[in-house]
Amino acid sequence: MTFLSDSALERLRVAADAPDLTGTRYHLLGKLGQGGMGGVFRVDDSTLEREVALKVINVAYLDLSARLLQEARVIAKLEHPGIVPVHDAGMLPDGRPYYTMKLVQGKRIDELGKDMGGIADRLRTFLRICEPVAFAHAHGVLHRDLKPTNIMIGPFGEVLVMDWGLSKALAAGIDSAESGSVAEDCAADPAAVVATAHGSVLGTPGYMAPEQRNGEIVDQRADVYALGAILEFLLQDAQPRVPARLAAIWRKAKAEDRDTRYASVPDLADDVAHFVDGLPVSAYPESIVSRIWRWIARNRTWILLLLVYVVVRALLILFRPR
Amino acid sequence: MQALAEDTGIGGAQHRFPQTRWSVIQGARSSQPEQRQRALDVLVSAYWKPVYKYIRLHWGKPDEEAKDLTQDFFTRLIEKNLLDRFDPAKARLRTYLRVCVDGLVMNTDKAAQRQKRGGDVAVLPLDFESAEGELLELPIAGPGGPEEFFAKEFARSLFGLAVDRLQNECQAKGKSLHFQLLELYDIDEGGRQLTYEEVAGRFGIKPTDVTNYLAYARREFRRIVLEELRDMTGSEDEFRREAQTLLGVRLP
Repeated sequence: MTFLSDSALERLRVAADAPDLTGTRYHLLGKLGQGGMGGVFRVDDSTLEREVALKVINVAYLDLSARLLQEARVIAKLEHPGIVPVHDAGMLPDGRPYYTMKLVQGKRIDELGKDMGGIADRLRTFLRICEPVAFAHAHGVLHRDLKPTNIMIGPFGEVLVMDWGLSKALAAGIDSAESGSVAEDCAADPAAVVATAHGSVLGTPGYMAPEQRNGEIVDQRADVYALGAILEFLLQDAQPRVPARLAAIWRKAKAEDRDTRYASVPDLADDVAHFVDGLPVSAYPESIVSRIWRWIARNRTWILLLLVYVVVRALLILFRPR
Repeated sequence: MQALAEDTGIGGAQHRFPQTRWSVIQGARSSQPEQRQRALDVLVSAYWKPVYKYIRLHWGKPDEEAKDLTQDFFTRLIEKNLLDRFDPAKARLRTYLRVCVDGLVMNTDKAAQRQKRGGDVAVLPLDFESAEGELLELPIAGPGGPEEFFAKEFARSLFGLAVDRLQNECQAKGKSLHFQLLELYDIDEGGRQLTYEEVAGRFGIKPTDVTNYLAYARREFRRIVLEELRDMTGSEDEFRREAQTLLGVRLP
């Protein structure tokens, strides 16, 4: 048997893993990452003279090839600034399906740490994460794999929701009985199971709603749960200490019982926006004293100006020359 | 590039990838003696070197004792029906075999082993000298534990088998040059420093032929690795995980 040195072994591994781009317009530049059922490569598009990302199904998941093409079609239909656009799709000479998409030169939010800024900055980022997810829900698509490693911040601050590999497009809307349940799809989809048990999602079960873990029917509230977990992640090391009203929002989003969660992503985003604006949030019932204090805090500039005006007027009256 | 297929079955449009094949697990559990023997042959071909090196390096056994233990391990594997107890849902075959090796080494009485070797037990024709020579090429101490060491040696063995099979298949199809290019670029040291133009000049072919021939050889190599791996795994899930481990690498 041929003896292979460590370096030869590694070269053969790379050669066997890499997509066969012979005769295509793409030239391989490197590997960007490995997901549950596919690898993402950096390639040069020789026709348009630009670099793009090429996702190809992993050789171990060839029986799920149709899913990769379904993923491409789902993303192609979701034209939103927060969703990476698909450029091209097809079959490689080695029989593997692929699609290309915009190459995002950003950072994942799990890599940013303290660079995320203060609480206000983090909440603004969170609201921008909610936008493409809500957009997808409005078009009958669940993401089902939202987590910090799938959220990228681009070089100009743009927020992008990545990896729609486990997404599910429902023909007649979310959780339609006629179109089949997402839970049934999950149960029949080894990639979904593997991707949530192995690979790139190791250590991220905390982002999966209980009903999704249990293989039950899921709807948009599963994504609400994941967004709640992302909100908690974003604020876990934020300074100053996160107010109780804000913590209540992610607790409500992450409720074990989905009936007690926010019913939709816009509902969750509204509550976060209310917090930013100093308005009452549905997740945190307040006493009258708390409401007054919050009202004072929200209007402290005007109250201060009024107090200054009153004090000055009083002083003028008291010390007016007689 | 082909057009987008509406539905893609296993192997894509051109069926370049292997379908599920006969597995050593099924073979080892078969009631047919010839199937059991075939299972042993396949298993031995892929695992004997990892097992021998593991016993030599991880257990620190001298070469003669390691040879005895390696022979004994594969004999017991079939005679004691050890593969009947393997459950793909609980562990990978690779891990199961390594644990079996650990058990054998810990429990084997050296004298009894020698006595057994002198009896009726068939001795497998294993080229221990080559394995011993390969030990000299390995790093003295790797960063990983026994599982990582065993996995790497299994990958080395499986890829070595695939390279040999690829060479034979290429020769049979009159495509020896395709294999030589893979050998030059992916196996020999220093081949990557040559440009496709230089290689084309050396072999008297066009640079585009270098690209195409190399792509063919790599494609066939991947197919063979996956076929061999299917033989060595007990379930679809184990096959996927092993394929991810073997092929899921980052490019430099």
